[in-house]
Amino acid sequence: MQVSQAEAIIRVDDLVVGFDDQVVLDGLSLRVRRGEILGLVGASGGGKSVLLRTIIGLIPKRRGRIEVLGTSLDGAGPEQTRAIGRRWGILFQQGALFSSLTVLQNVQFPLRENLNLSPALLEELALAKLDMVGLTPNDGAKYPAQLSGGMTKRAALARALALDPEILFLDEPTSGLDPILAGEFDELIATLQQTLGLTVFMVTHDLDSLHTICDRVAALADGKIVALGSIATVLASEHPWVKAYFGGKRARLARAMH
Amino acid sequence: MGSQPSLSGTIAGERAEFTAAGSWTIEHVDVLQRLVEAAAPTVSRARALTINAAAIEELDTLGAWLLERLMRTTDGRGSEAGLVDLSDRYRGLFDKIHEVNRAPAAVPVVTSRPVAVLENVGRAALDVRTDLVVFLEMLAALAIAILRVLRHPQTFRLTSAVYHVFRVGWQAVPIILLITFLIGAIIAQQGIFHFRKFGAESYVVDMVGILVLRELGVLIVSIMVAGRSGSAYTAELGSMKMREEIDALRTMGFDPVEILILPRVLALVIALPILAFVGAMAALYGGGLVAWLYGGMSPEVFVARLREVVSVTHFEVGMIKAPFMALVIGVIACSEGLRVTGSAESLGHQTTVSVVKSIFLVIVLDGLFAVFFASIGM
Repeated sequence: MQVSQAEAIIRVDDLVVGFDDQVVLDGLSLRVRRGEILGLVGASGGGKSVLLRTIIGLIPKRRGRIEVLGTSLDGAGPEQTRAIGRRWGILFQQGALFSSLTVLQNVQFPLRENLNLSPALLEELALAKLDMVGLTPNDGAKYPAQLSGGMTKRAALARALALDPEILFLDEPTSGLDPILAGEFDELIATLQQTLGLTVFMVTHDLDSLHTICDRVAALADGKIVALGSIATVLASEHPWVKAYFGGKRARLARAMH
Repeated sequence: MGSQPSLSGTIAGERAEFTAAGSWTIEHVDVLQRLVEAAAPTVSRARALTINAAAIEELDTLGAWLLERLMRTTDGRGSEAGLVDLSDRYRGLFDKIHEVNRAPAAVPVVTSRPVAVLENVGRAALDVRTDLVVFLEMLAALAIAILRVLRHPQTFRLTSAVYHVFRVGWQAVPIILLITFLIGAIIAQQGIFHFRKFGAESYVVDMVGILVLRELGVLIVSIMVAGRSGSAYTAELGSMKMREEIDALRTMGFDPVEILILPRVLALVIALPILAFVGAMAALYGGGLVAWLYGGMSPEVFVARLREVVSVTHFEVGMIKAPFMALVIGVIACSEGLRVTGSAESLGHQTTVSVVKSIFLVIVLDGLFAVFFASIGM
């Protein structure tokens, strides 16, 4: 899969990440193109979340090179880190909403900290974001502990989108949602991706998401990307783990439906 | 990134025509806010508004919302507004933004100041009642758990209780020793300094002995334990509550009071009298040391005088109080822990409340005991 440099918004080269004597990612390379939705699949505990967290700088790497939006985070000072933090949005698996702030205040937080907005505009813009992800002003007044799982994901998505990021990182966005909600959430992500021109990097287990909204799928096994391309390409892969993953009963069912 | 945004227009009769250009993105938020605010008065006079968006190079949610807000300034009075020639790239975004914030905003409930004050007073009074009920409920739950454990002794969590005695008792010994030693020394020094004026230095022994054994030993140790172990109990149980561990226990058919709270409270009831005793001894030692080095009273004289003035009653009065103090601290700490709700803030709040309330109640209880012992002549 040749991708020209200009197109790659995330470039990962020869990445090695490990904990103690255990190597999780072993010489992994990956390109994410601008404007695509890339789905990353892999075994549980296989390093999907580790890859995501390494790219966004939460886990130190042992070797390799990561460039996001053309800049490397190696040796970046607090200002550079913050500048790049404004250009990506991250949806954590459990939402990671600030529990002592209301939903609306959660969405306002990045806006308030990074921009000089009038209070009225701050309020309106945050409400607009909530509306875009399907939450009402009433939900905005609630605290994270009062939200259901689906609403937590939506609120966290609204916060991730607060600064109109260029890249959206999603860590298992549909896990814990029922199929109807998961489908709606997929649709929401696809709509937002088109309207806002986002690049989406998504760690997922949801076979439906892979089929419906991902432009490309990357399969992670043995610490490397073993298959990359459209869902059809990945399905044709001969790698044993990929075959097992997509050859299972649930995967066949999902494929039959699409 | 991108060129400076601009917004210019004219109003002719009832029609306003504007042209927007440049980058309507979050980087230019300051300029955009000013542009839109400057245009708003003109727009609000118009009955029809057209914004020509052909020259907009970049648009994001913020820019789209500002355009939409400008257009809404005319809305709702039979007027019409429209955005023309927006590039197809941004049409979807604008249409999406066009739909948002349509629901009427929630009206905040406004109460007048006197009413608000009265409301707060009323709520505070109700809170006191709730606090009392919570305290009594926890006491009752503990009593039930104790009865159940007495009937089935094998269900008692001995390991847990021993572990907590180790934590709140043994590990607290060094700091308790240090603090009570210093308190004893300070009382003796002050006593000698002031009693010397009357030539009554030898009465320092009376003061240190009675004060430490009857009141200060147990009081200081209780306050230390409330701050050190009570807060830990509240935080532990509170985070268990937040992570639904307590619900998990309950659904498995276990009683959290029996498993989590009984061993903790029991450990306090065992450890606090021991700590109070240890603390009282350290305070007497500190007092004796100061009397010797600062007051020139030899240790033999100090001990002999102590034996004369301090009866075992004083010691008993101090020790009888200790387990009750422990019970109050334990019950408050655990019941506040279980009142933690979902947020990190509430964990901090309940921990503070737990410590403040325990210390307050320990002192109140000490006062009640003073009245009680005086009336029975102890």
